[in-house]
Amino acid sequence: MTIINFTPLEAFVGGLIIGLSVVLFYVANGRIAGISGIINNSIFSKINRLDNILFVIGLILGPILYKLIVNPNINFNISSSVPLLILAGIFVGAGTKIGSGCTSGHGICGISRLSKRSFVATFLFMISAVVTVLIARLI
Amino acid sequence: MKAIVSLICGLLFGFGLTVASMTNPDKVLGFLNIFGAWDPSLAFVMIGAILVTSPIIYLQKHKVKPWFADNFSLPTLKEIDKNLVSGAVLFGIGWGLIGLCPGPAIASLALTNVNSIIFVVSMISAFVIIQVVKKN
Repeated sequence: MTIINFTPLEAFVGGLIIGLSVVLFYVANGRIAGISGIINNSIFSKINRLDNILFVIGLILGPILYKLIVNPNINFNISSSVPLLILAGIFVGAGTKIGSGCTSGHGICGISRLSKRSFVATFLFMISAVVTVLIARLI
Repeated sequence: MKAIVSLICGLLFGFGLTVASMTNPDKVLGFLNIFGAWDPSLAFVMIGAILVTSPIIYLQKHKVKPWFADNFSLPTLKEIDKNLVSGAVLFGIGWGLIGLCPGPAIASLALTNVNSIIFVVSMISAFVIIQVVKKN
């Protein structure tokens, strides 16, 4: 095994900030900061619609704030073709909607709440993603 | 107040993702590439986040009322069902293909990169299609 591009401090600090967002959303608004759910509800549900839309807007403002106060350059590298990008988008959209959550809802919030469903979902999507990367590398 | 908190939470979330470089798909693929040249950084995102969120278990047990809402809106499903399993596997495949999950995908719209827009449009199209199928 080779370790590359290891940035544990940035990752850890980023994680602390994400955790702060999740705790605040829970304690103040009584809600789970699951991004796929928030996007879905902002489109399909009238309940808390304003809150959901504002959360999504905040999410987009996050990197802009980072550019202003930390570093104007944010890396965004995708090495895949457009058809693969569309396919991946459809899989992520369909998968998170059918499975009721993504990396944030199941991976962070669900695990913090010790939800059995979220432990299973997180285990499965991690394995499935690792295997996909492995297969893609071999092809 | 609820609306302001929502905006702040979204902002913190997007900022945290950027600090952690989770908005960079190739960085995420490096993390998922456990059997190759591995970049374990993103495991530390999970550790950092769960460290801060761990008091939630306490709050949940003691049923403390949320500050600005009448009650908690938490998931009602409890059982491991076919949808959870198939959805998680499908999501994992999509995540592993590109390295984008919903949070970083939306946040990366700020970078006005055409690839990120194509991904988000595809993802939201899938939301809409499944919503329509579920209704019928």
